[in-house]
Amino acid sequence: MRRDIFHAIADPTRRTILTLLTLQAMTPNALAEHFAISRQAISKHVQILLECELIKPEYQGREIYYSLEANKMKEIDQWLNQFRSLWKTKFKQLDTLLHTLQKQTT
Amino acid sequence: MNSPLQFDFLVDKKKNTLTFIREFRAGKQLIWDCYTQHELLDQWFAPAPLSTKTKSMEFCEGGHWHYAMIDPNGTEYWGWTDYETIQSPDFYTALDAFSNEAGDINANLPRAKWLVRFTEKGANALVETVITYHSLQDLETVLQMGMKDGLTATLSRLDDLLIHLTK
Repeated sequence: MRRDIFHAIADPTRRTILTLLTLQAMTPNALAEHFAISRQAISKHVQILLECELIKPEYQGREIYYSLEANKMKEIDQWLNQFRSLWKTKFKQLDTLLHTLQKQTT
Repeated sequence: MNSPLQFDFLVDKKKNTLTFIREFRAGKQLIWDCYTQHELLDQWFAPAPLSTKTKSMEFCEGGHWHYAMIDPNGTEYWGWTDYETIQSPDFYTALDAFSNEAGDINANLPRAKWLVRFTEKGANALVETVITYHSLQDLETVLQMGMKDGLTATLSRLDDLLIHLTK
């Protein structure tokens, strides 16, 4: 199955993990404490986020800290912005049409 | 007199909705007509360089709009919209779909629910469009449909060009 940023943010638990990591880098144990589900389940979600490169591991001694890849998160916004430009074009066209219609009635 | 027109684009990743709020320098009724009469829809609905061609339209609850967006090479991309509730001239809700020329809905592609609301803002009017997808992945599929033929790239280029021209 193809894994990308949209797959990553499609799940509420993964979105919560990302939100937690916006505050600070965290170890897997510290992350798991925020959830009622098992450590293994959290670990699976973390694995998916790693595969999608939305988070990165940093090793400090024997501990792993996960932190957010802010640049990757930006991809989501860039992608959504394409919708914005499509609609901008459509609305500009509607402006023109409205202008023409108004001229016809006056 | 040329005060900038309001344009808001909001994404709710939890509810899988896209919301566009746009102000138009015209009365509410005229804008309503532009959204609900196919002779007018044909003149603006598809973003340039695409054009719109209506095959059939019945704007009423349970009615539909069957149309094509045509690219400069003449390729037709067919769409189908089912109208659900209509309260003229305040709002309507609809369900969109990809289809073919015969009007068969493509069940493999996502459908989205549309709520389009019209309100007055002084002499102008605001149109709020809320599009709800089943999931963000649905949204991605829809965008990829456009990406397939480089359409989106073309449009972003055009948009950049427009920005330069208007500066």
